[in-house]
Amino acid sequence: MLFATAVYAENAPETAGHGTEEAGKEKKEGAFDPAELIMEHILDAHEFHFFTLGESEVSIPLPVIVYSKERGLAAFSYGNFHHGHEAYNGYKTEEGKIVAVDAEGKVDEAVTLYDFSLTRNVVQMFLALTLLVVLMINVANKYKKGGAKTAPSGFQNAVEPVITFVRDEVAKPNLGHAYGKYMPYLLTVFFFILINNIVGLIPGTANVTGNIAFTVVLGVVSFFVIVFSTNKHFWGHIFNPPVPFLVKFILVPVEFIGIFTKPFALIVRLFANMVAGHIIITCFVMLIFIFGAMSQVAGWGFSPVSVAFTVFIYLIEILVAFIQAFIFTNLTAVFIGQSREGAHDDAHH
Amino acid sequence: MQLLTPGLGLLVWTFIAFLLVFFILKKFAWKPILETLKERETGIAEAIASADKIKTEMAALKNENEALLAQAREERAVLIKEAKETANKMVSDAKEKARAEFDRIVADAQSAITQQKNAALTDVKNQVGSLVIEVAEKVLRRELANKAEQEAYIKGLAEVVNMN
Repeated sequence: MLFATAVYAENAPETAGHGTEEAGKEKKEGAFDPAELIMEHILDAHEFHFFTLGESEVSIPLPVIVYSKERGLAAFSYGNFHHGHEAYNGYKTEEGKIVAVDAEGKVDEAVTLYDFSLTRNVVQMFLALTLLVVLMINVANKYKKGGAKTAPSGFQNAVEPVITFVRDEVAKPNLGHAYGKYMPYLLTVFFFILINNIVGLIPGTANVTGNIAFTVVLGVVSFFVIVFSTNKHFWGHIFNPPVPFLVKFILVPVEFIGIFTKPFALIVRLFANMVAGHIIITCFVMLIFIFGAMSQVAGWGFSPVSVAFTVFIYLIEILVAFIQAFIFTNLTAVFIGQSREGAHDDAHH
Repeated sequence: MQLLTPGLGLLVWTFIAFLLVFFILKKFAWKPILETLKERETGIAEAIASADKIKTEMAALKNENEALLAQAREERAVLIKEAKETANKMVSDAKEKARAEFDRIVADAQSAITQQKNAALTDVKNQVGSLVIEVAEKVLRRELANKAEQEAYIKGLAEVVNMN
């Protein structure tokens, strides 16, 4: 993370035939491809790319860590690829993906490459989580220092209602008496999503929560938490539902698939919501340049409209950042509650 | 399509990061925060309960005070009444006593007066008797000598007596 923070500016190579061909194509299209730019913004990358200034690209290259059985572990800066124009150390990048190459610079299909690179999503997530941990431990220390008798102060006041909200509106209604056991998990999920959502909204940052890998991890963790919370009653309901015998043949598979669709819905919901938000914002910004490509007057004329829409969507996205964190946490709590159904009575006696 | 295929690196790093953050926050953040929040909430609930208790205690105390006050007032009224009665009795007793004394004194005085009057009367009677005897004696002496003179003499004597 640290060794990648140097701003990397470099002249685009003039000699490579492929490069000049592409440059020529870009010029014909008015040097602007909104779809590609949007995807570039939404997807993961090996560098923080800020802007292209004439021939120079201003970006922070990030470390590449790749592993393959054939070649072992390799780690180097993405800057060595010179934005995909050069091979380095037997590897090169093809549309953002690291591939192994042989001595002649051709893609080596024999090597199966596992990419553990600290991509911009990873780096940004680490930064966001460091921020989260530092903030939360500071707040926790305030609680430790002040004890129960002092009124909360400063950032404590911002965190406390959120924590009590998760406890009183999410955990308690869904989990009943056992809510205390799940509080750390629910709080972590909530703030984990929230901090990444919010950091992802800062202009120029990556779209971490809108990446399927991120949401898959959270969904899978939720799945395991849900499954490990199940009781006899829950499985009985799935494999022996109280319906006529023949209906069971339909209902049992449906119920069984339901175990997996619940976390899958969590995964897709968060991913789709965040991606959609980012796409809409980028689209509105792109509109200026699309109109600008038609004529300069149209570009300038449309920019106030576009900016107004962007600001509007931006504010909605801030709301969505909280809502999605809440929905993910709340639905996880609901599913855990469902898997524990029947345990309420045990808790009473 | 790249949008929907999870990158292995990000998967692994997210998983590691999540676990790390979970355990760090669980131990160093959520535990103290949740504990303190719970402690504070139970503290507040207890404070409210004890305040309610004190309130009812205060109300009971106030009632007690009022009862005491009422009792005291009653007692005071009784005391005042009794004092008044005693005072009245004392006054009437004194009056009675004074009257009795007065009566006695008057009776004494009257008896003394009667006694003295009687004594004086006796004295007067005695004197009158002796005067009568004296006059009778003188008359008797003169009668022997002259009748006219005797009558004049009696007249003179009677005048003397009258003058007396």
